[in-house]
Amino acid sequence: MDGSKLSLDELKDRFSEIKPALSKREASIEANRCLYCFDAPCIAACPTSIDVPTFIHKISTDNVLGAATTILEANLLAATCSRVCPVEELCEGACVLGTDHKPIEIGRLQRYAMDYLYDRDLMPLTTAPPNGKKVAVIGAGPAGLSCAGELAKLGYQVTVLEKQNLPGGLSTYGIVVMREPIRIALEEVEFVKKLGVEIKTGVEVGKDISAKDLLEQYDAVFIATGMGKVPDLGIPGEDLSGVSEALSFIAETKLAEKEGLERLSKLPVGRRVAVIGAGNTAIDAATIAKRLGADNVTIVYRRSAEEMPAYDFEYEFIKNEGVEFRFLSQPLEILGENGQVSGLRCDKMQLGEPGDDGRHQVSPVPNSEFTLECDQVIKAIGQEKLLELFAAFELELKRGYVKVDETLRSSNPQVFAGGDCIRAGGLAMTVTATEDGKIAAKSIHNWLLETTS
Amino acid sequence: MADLSTTFAGIKSPNPFWLASAPPTNSAYQINKAFEQGWGGAVWKTIGAPVLNVSSRYGGYEYKGNKLVAINNVELISDRPLEVNLREIREVKKLWSGRAVIVSAMVESKPEAWHDVVMKIEDTGADGIELNYGCPHGMSERGMGAAVGQVPEYCTMITEWVTSVASIPVIVKLTPNVTDITKPALAAVQAKADALSLINTINSIIGVDLDNFQLKPNVGGKGSHGGYAGPAVKPVALHMLSAVAQEEAVQRVGLPISGMGGIQTWRDAAEFLLLGATSLQVCTAVMHYGFRIIEDLTEGLSNWLDEKGIKSVGEIIGASVPRVSDFGDFDLSYKVVARIDPETCTNCNLCYIACDEGAHQCIDLTVDGHKIDPASYAGSVKPIPVVREDDCVGCNLCSLVCPVDSCITMLEVDSGRDSITWKELTSQKPEVLNWDEMEKYRREVGIKIH
Ligand SMILES: Cc1cc2nc3c(=O)[nH]c(=O)nc-3n(C[C@H](O)[C@H](O)[C@H](O)COP(=O)(O)OP(=O)(O)OC[C@H]3O[C@@H](n4cnc5c(N)ncnc54)[C@H](O)[C@@H]3O)c2cc1C
Ligand SMILES: Cc1cc2nc3c(=O)[nH]c(=O)nc-3n(C[C@H](O)[C@H](O)[C@H](O)COP(=O)(O)O)c2cc1C
Ligand code: SF4
Repeated sequence: MDGSKLSLDELKDRFSEIKPALSKREASIEANRCLYCFDAPCIAACPTSIDVPTFIHKISTDNVLGAATTILEANLLAATCSRVCPVEELCEGACVLGTDHKPIEIGRLQRYAMDYLYDRDLMPLTTAPPNGKKVAVIGAGPAGLSCAGELAKLGYQVTVLEKQNLPGGLSTYGIVVMREPIRIALEEVEFVKKLGVEIKTGVEVGKDISAKDLLEQYDAVFIATGMGKVPDLGIPGEDLSGVSEALSFIAETKLAEKEGLERLSKLPVGRRVAVIGAGNTAIDAATIAKRLGADNVTIVYRRSAEEMPAYDFEYEFIKNEGVEFRFLSQPLEILGENGQVSGLRCDKMQLGEPGDDGRHQVSPVPNSEFTLECDQVIKAIGQEKLLELFAAFELELKRGYVKVDETLRSSNPQVFAGGDCIRAGGLAMTVTATEDGKIAAKSIHNWLLETTS
Repeated sequence: MADLSTTFAGIKSPNPFWLASAPPTNSAYQINKAFEQGWGGAVWKTIGAPVLNVSSRYGGYEYKGNKLVAINNVELISDRPLEVNLREIREVKKLWSGRAVIVSAMVESKPEAWHDVVMKIEDTGADGIELNYGCPHGMSERGMGAAVGQVPEYCTMITEWVTSVASIPVIVKLTPNVTDITKPALAAVQAKADALSLINTINSIIGVDLDNFQLKPNVGGKGSHGGYAGPAVKPVALHMLSAVAQEEAVQRVGLPISGMGGIQTWRDAAEFLLLGATSLQVCTAVMHYGFRIIEDLTEGLSNWLDEKGIKSVGEIIGASVPRVSDFGDFDLSYKVVARIDPETCTNCNLCYIACDEGAHQCIDLTVDGHKIDPASYAGSVKPIPVVREDDCVGCNLCSLVCPVDSCITMLEVDSGRDSITWKELTSQKPEVLNWDEMEKYRREVGIKIH
């Protein structure tokens, strides 16, 4: 596999943010198109309940700082959310103008307000005086940062422990560059730090510090560790050169882009790439491979198009990217030549009866084997659960996720959890993780108030 | 966070934003709700003489898809019994001691009637009285409202009836339906009013229904002129405000002015403050969107003051008034010309046609620097509009029609002439009032008319 054969200009085009920023005039026109509905459905459709009509009204009067303030009061990770939220399914999907006109571009207006704030390095939020209580947050992803920031606002001394070198969780390492460059994720982290949060990177809980120590040193702990790496397929050939997992593949492009296009152009990519799995991560990995210059990218999925966990608009998007699909195909073996991937041997599958989850069972079609020629295989079949860590806190689990009540408290009263580590599949989004952080912060606050008064 | 607190004729409010006397201030229910959301004060819907309202009251001016650019109405003063209003005013004031609660009144033009209503209002604990000399319909026919506001002598007389007995501040609310707003303003000053407010609504007919020829609003087949308010009236209000704020008699006694007419955003508010308003009243914007707009009004104003490094709202009141001048004092040698940025130009050519047919024919459409005739040009290269700066009179029109921000800038240039005003010129050279002499003068100083 070689580096991208594309010119730097071409790469720049392909890896810039898909939706450009709104100019002042565009923002003004779009904001004035908003009806400023009362009790608006977009508020209810936002998992963090951002007061959308109010912030858009403020943009329309050119009180952009006020708009950013309204947004931040509901969502500390609004710069990321404005870029990565599936708005068609959330706020914009609920816009009353959607029925007979075009819905308001809420996401882009939110981004306009947040860019205004970060470009000028403004801090419109105030924090309460220190209350002497300490909370540890494990994981500096959206859930952890949101909880930490909300608690800091209330006067808590919050320490976030993050095992990676850079904070930000999947906003930093996982969400493709075209949706969110690392710069944005890190700016947002800096903002949370300015609220008084301390972030220690390169510290893995369970390895560098034990669960027991944390529980002793802090009044409460919030677990926001997300999910682990992509699991192995458990088929022969996984150790061949040219086999990688989607998250590291995407992370490499994120870090490379941060260092400049030159670095991005040197990333190795296959000519013919097979991506195994059909969730959001698979879609993203396939997009990246294609944009890095692969001639052909094929998504291999054992079920049918209807069962794909990806959103419809993602499916449309990726088809436009020129990515191909092999539905009802189950990989059996990764083939190699001289230690390097040369193909993917698969079985054809057929649909059976719907299972408990409503999805059809699949079974191999006898004698249907075929080989897909490829020189790179990317695995994207979900993420592992961080069972060891949860065990160290002796937490009850539910299907491998931390079991929590509606206040996000776990079976250990001192431990709360939120984000991807409590939530499966489709609902696991940045914005839900952010809301979890908010809920947990409130619960921790209420609990510590109770226990000390 | 800048200090927005306001003192108006001794009446304190946490911010300068009051609800104007109108439907949003009809009841305690509404005003309590408004105060909860942060309004600094409210002028109660005008109370006084008994009335009967009609059904179908408002007409809306929709402009290019924007609803309610203005509203007009044929509504009268409060139709709730006087006693109910008075009781609720007392309740509200008791609950909200820190907010400005003003009561607007309009009664028959008899001293006893005015004395009586003043006593009743003072008895509620209200902070001030606003005399409604503005209502342009229904009440004026009965010798009240605009019928008073349009005749300075009546204005003085009735104001005196009130100021002679009132112990709380008296605000006179002026009607814009006059040729010179300063006349009734000075009449109120003469009668020792404590403050002025303006503008009330403007006489208007909002439109005609093309299907059935009915006027809007239609009251059972008939229509009438009604009061015009909302965003579209702001320029008229700003002019009247500045005219009154500039009056020497008003400045001498330091009479505060409550400004209104088209305030919808904090930006509008800032303009009213700069032109001399001490407090601000809002009606139509609240009728359109509700009390919730107060959040942006106060926050936007405060953010803007912070950005400007201004500590309190008081510092900007009237700051632009000294700039309001007579035409005769303008510098005739000041010169600006338009310049079009070819980088951001989208070739809509609105500037070209505006200048060519609506102004002074100083923009050329060019290809490779050569002027083309749009009627015969058939090339594939899009022509670019270019201003002939020597000919440009600096009227601003092209920049006003340009849809792209800062694509057309008006550049200040040196005209090469000594500064002189019309007043100076005509006193130094009265002969220029004759065309031949004027032309001679122009040649002398180098004024070229394109
Ligand atoms: C490829 C991809 C694309 C996505 N695209 C979108 C999208 O477009 N829109 C959207 O809304 N969502 C998207 N998501 C989902 C979204 O990124 C997640 O839902 C969100 O990041 C969850 O936040 P979190 O804080 O729970 O976990 P994470 O973001 O995963 O953060 C968890 C953090 O905890 C750290 N950690 C883990 N264990 C430890 C430990 N023991 N000690 C210390 N630190 C630890 C991790 O290093 C990580 O930084 C995407 C996810 C992926 C994988
Ligand atoms: C429907 C309606 C009713 C009004 N009623 C009164 C009134 O009773 N007394 C009064 O002084 N002004 C009345 N006004 C005028 C307002 O107080 C205010 O002067 C005017 O509307 C300008 O402000 P705006 O542009 O914010 O609406 C009324 C205005 C409207 C639109
Ligand atoms: S707003 Fe509509 S419902 Fe309310 S009184 Fe007026 S016409 Fe009736």
